[in-house]
Amino acid sequence: MHADPRGVLTGVHFLDGDHACCEGALAAGARFAAGYPITPSTEVVERFASRIPTVGGVFIQMEDELAASITIQGAVWGGAKAFTVTSGPGFSLMMEHIGYAAMTETPCVFVNVQRGGPSTGLPTLPAQADMMQARWGSHGDYGIIALCPNSPQECFDLTVEAFNLAEEFRVPVMLMLDECVGHMTEKVVIPEADCIEVTPRRYTTKTTQEYRPFEPDRSHVPEMVRAGEGYRFHVTGLTHDERGYPSMNVDTQNRMVRRLQEKLEPFNDGRAIAETGDLEDAEVVVVSYGITSRVAQRALQLARQRGIRAGKFRLISAWPFPEERIRELAGRVKAFVVPELNLGQMALEVERAAAGRAKVVKVSHAGGTVHDPQVILEAIVEAAR
Amino acid sequence: MNETVNKETALEIPRECSCEIPAGSFNPVEPFLRMDRMPHIWCAGCGIGTTVNCFVRALLDSKANLDKVAIVSGIGCTGRVAGYARLDSFHTTHGRAIPFATGLKLANPELQVVVYSGDGDLFAIGGNHFIHAARRNMDLKVICVNNLTYAMTGGQTAPTTPDGVISATSPYGVFEPAFNLVQLAEAAGAAYVARWTTFHVKQLSRSMEEILKKKGFCFIEIISPCPTLYQRRNKMGDGLDTMKYYKQASKVRHGAPTSECALSKSGEIVVGKFVDRDRPDYAELLRAQMVETLGDRYEEPEVMCEC
Repeated sequence: MHADPRGVLTGVHFLDGDHACCEGALAAGARFAAGYPITPSTEVVERFASRIPTVGGVFIQMEDELAASITIQGAVWGGAKAFTVTSGPGFSLMMEHIGYAAMTETPCVFVNVQRGGPSTGLPTLPAQADMMQARWGSHGDYGIIALCPNSPQECFDLTVEAFNLAEEFRVPVMLMLDECVGHMTEKVVIPEADCIEVTPRRYTTKTTQEYRPFEPDRSHVPEMVRAGEGYRFHVTGLTHDERGYPSMNVDTQNRMVRRLQEKLEPFNDGRAIAETGDLEDAEVVVVSYGITSRVAQRALQLARQRGIRAGKFRLISAWPFPEERIRELAGRVKAFVVPELNLGQMALEVERAAAGRAKVVKVSHAGGTVHDPQVILEAIVEAAR
Repeated sequence: MNETVNKETALEIPRECSCEIPAGSFNPVEPFLRMDRMPHIWCAGCGIGTTVNCFVRALLDSKANLDKVAIVSGIGCTGRVAGYARLDSFHTTHGRAIPFATGLKLANPELQVVVYSGDGDLFAIGGNHFIHAARRNMDLKVICVNNLTYAMTGGQTAPTTPDGVISATSPYGVFEPAFNLVQLAEAAGAAYVARWTTFHVKQLSRSMEEILKKKGFCFIEIISPCPTLYQRRNKMGDGLDTMKYYKQASKVRHGAPTSECALSKSGEIVVGKFVDRDRPDYAELLRAQMVETLGDRYEEPEVMCEC
């Protein structure tokens, strides 16, 4: 269906990534946000707090990130589309509730504007070092989706996409910005509401007698209900059966935990989102994401000028990792070069998918600024040799 | 509690039981419970079931539309209440029932949202959320079963465990001062504060009915036995002995200053309704502020998404 025009600020704007993210949430139908101030992410909810009273919704500033990350889930079960926004230390506090959202299949969006870590780290400076945490940070086995915009325009577009994917798969979706993308100001085009596709929540049409809240359909994803409609359903973070009742046995655990990952299988291949370029003849492929992909773009140009057949693979959906596509490339390229603002996180995934069939060169950076394109260029030159 | 008390309260089971259950009769609270989940997990002598019975009777008496009542629990023995109530029910994470309930209420204001949890959950790991929800006067009905210990995990010290009590993590006796929950609730801003024990079933049920009809942040503390892990470890007898103690030691003092209502290991238990005041709740404050500053530009929240 199309976006509700009340939330859509149609026009051509000059926005930073944080503000564009807020507009994306409003366009996607989010009418509820809970947050706790933390640099460099707060601008997202500051704008939401300013915009939402004239759109028709609620923003609440909670007492901490633990609260914010579960308040949004209460709102979702009350019938809202909802999100929260944070950065490193707050993201760490939210881990328990990312697990709760995964376990209870609560569709919601977590925006993380990444800064340098560990701990308080570099509050005002960029990093991309929460990528593994986004995937694995909560205990137990589960699956999530993570998207990595590299411009304010994409902050808008991918926030809409994040809400849509959350509804389609009933998972928490991580929107992984970095400080540079969050604070970079560029042109952002917001289309007319009827040009923005919004995925509605899949509410059940079954009767209260027939409905079983965690019984999956063909897509492995169960239909939802919201509180107050007479279904008298139960939601728990305990291992539960199709009725939603706690069920402490091996069979239920096996069935449920496997489904939480299997429902995301479409992303391992066809549904993965990536931007590619010059892959046809590539001998070296640069795999990057977020702000680093824009630095890598310069290195790729310089490499081509030198006659090196370098290609681009930009991760837009970082999780689930697009392993089929990297595996396919690994069969025909010499090497992957993976620059990222961490000491090598997504590079490990590239290595895993390449499985020894192509070399993987990490171009690590501890964060605080972006790479020098020359450093990436040198890695490309070295890898092509 | 001593041995003489045990003798006095020993249950006498009549040899010939004349209390046959007539065919076709049923317990009037059954339709409000998920009978397909029985038997429940609570121990013999535990007070939580008694509080649930009172709650169900309060729901019945209040004539609330049960499709519009949601119950939210945290973790622990009392955290399991949500799973047994035939309502829209949410068993959340440890300590976070109140913020979950906050989101639920704000998204769907026509719901009556009840938070039903234990003392460890609400006042240790969840203490921060409790005081902030009370400060905001969020329209939530918070029912705390206070068994003075962490029961689910084996009887460890809670922020409510009285001085001198032996617990799994205080084998030489508790020396930390305990919270006085009713004083804390009043200071944080609760609109309604009461305390009963599981002996006071009529009064408790009436209090529960009152908060179901009152707007704002309402709090009821229920002192409840944990014979398995609290009473036993402290040689305080069984569930029945505890009832006897509650009967003897409780003093009804409506309107008593909450600062005078602290609990001790075996001393007086002041019960009653201590606070019943009218404060604008969060939704009213939000609306008033927006109308004042934005006028006609303010859109009433329609948080529930049609899409």
